[in-house]
Amino acid sequence: MNDPQIELDDVADLIHDGMTIGIGGWGSRRKPLSLVRAVVRSGAQDLTIVSFGGPDVGILSATGQATTVIHGFVSLDSVAIDPHFAARREAGTISSIEWDEAMLVAGLRAAARRLPFEVVRSGVGSDAVERDPSLRTIASPYGDGEELLAVPAVPLDLALIHLDRADETGNVQLLGPDLFFDDLFVDAAQTAIVSVEEIVPRGKLATTEALSSIVLTRASVDHLVLAPGGAGFTAHPPYAERDEALQSHYVDAARDPQAWAAFATQFLTVSDEQYRASVTAFARNVAGAQ
Amino acid sequence: MATRAEVAVTACSDLFRGAGAILASPTGIVAGIGARLARLTHAPDLLLSDGEATLYADTPAIDEPFREPEAPLPYRALFELIARGRRHVVMGAAQIDRFGNQNLSAIGDRDHPRRQLLGARAASTNTLNHRTSYWIARHAPRTFVERVDVVTGIGTDRAAALGRAGRFHDLHRIVTNLAVLDLSGPEGTMAIVSTHPGVSVDEVQAATGFELWVPPTVPTTREPDDDEVSIIRDLLDPRGLREREVPQP
Repeated sequence: MNDPQIELDDVADLIHDGMTIGIGGWGSRRKPLSLVRAVVRSGAQDLTIVSFGGPDVGILSATGQATTVIHGFVSLDSVAIDPHFAARREAGTISSIEWDEAMLVAGLRAAARRLPFEVVRSGVGSDAVERDPSLRTIASPYGDGEELLAVPAVPLDLALIHLDRADETGNVQLLGPDLFFDDLFVDAAQTAIVSVEEIVPRGKLATTEALSSIVLTRASVDHLVLAPGGAGFTAHPPYAERDEALQSHYVDAARDPQAWAAFATQFLTVSDEQYRASVTAFARNVAGAQ
Repeated sequence: MATRAEVAVTACSDLFRGAGAILASPTGIVAGIGARLARLTHAPDLLLSDGEATLYADTPAIDEPFREPEAPLPYRALFELIARGRRHVVMGAAQIDRFGNQNLSAIGDRDHPRRQLLGARAASTNTLNHRTSYWIARHAPRTFVERVDVVTGIGTDRAAALGRAGRFHDLHRIVTNLAVLDLSGPEGTMAIVSTHPGVSVDEVQAATGFELWVPPTVPTTREPDDDEVSIIRDLLDPRGLREREVPQP
């Protein structure tokens, strides 16, 4: 039987220049930050990032690897606006395709279903549509006269997702309250990489949880990565609340290039082992300061 | 005597008059207290969520967590509920114009902004699918502008231009720290519904960057009754967060 498991340190080899990468989660919630670190370590350039944006977009904006971002927002939840993405926007050095959230859902779903577009009412009349001449509306063919938006499919080269548990064959389980649109990212992608907190033998996911908590099957998952704490400082119920102290540190790192370089050296351009040591040391400093 | 913040809370509560079993999605402290006040008084069937993935049966103070889950509402289900129109959202706005076009996205040029804001979010989806109101804590000319830099939530002019696709557009009211406004002016422009006690029409106009439609008589926004005052002060906001969002003039 096919074994989808790969090591976190091998993920960087799968990231290449010019890729379109969809990143799961929402804002600063269950973002696959271990996998995003792999993107940073890969050094891949000229990336198009598709995301309900949070620090994933902020990090790849700050490293300069993201040249285009397709998003509905880039927020850290407890901090309304990601400062790294905002800085690139205000400097005019990143291309932003800002869609209504429901447009982004429709574009991913169209790609997942191998359709050229999905029809929605969302977006029409707003500047996301009115000021983007590449977007087309479509007249209802049923004679009611309604003019709707045909959201083009958003196919992905790669999807990066962090979820809760998986079995060794790649069936993946959600224990928290919201899958967000992670399944659409997975199915819209040529290659889906899913990291999880825990990997168990086949058939052991539903011994204590309902079978319905298994949200992705091995038919959709190409690579499975064991990455405990893989959501980094973002919220990951039921495993961890958002690490507000580390998120604040990430926000502060936007103040100048030296601060960013220091943050990156500690928390991004390092092996998983070094990253964990940095997080532990940071937590000890925070506890010591209190 | 009710404070200005309490009058604004009551005006936000009144946004939900006649609402049945729909989701109330308020933004900000005062609108949040208002939605909870509505559920505890005249709109008991309202659904309230934690803003994440769960609906709750209890109606706690604004700075306390919900405790009694009623049903799950992950984003996927929320988007379907919006498409069905079973919701009344109260959004904020960095800018809003005379037709109620809202900007949540960026200040300055859209492609090279002076200041990046939150983004498009689902503002257009909201305005195209269900009743939408706005809560603006500081009524000022920099917010009430002649022309917004980016249109996220759409106003009455753009909705009218959509024809049938705009048929669920329902821009209800704008509540501020000074007044209650709606879009009942000529050609769907912004009009004064009422001014809060102690606020003149001239003050409201001076704080607005375009000319408001003023009806022949402008009533005063109602004050909360004794019951509402005690619910606000004792149950929903005992630590007075509302007074920080809308300081007493």
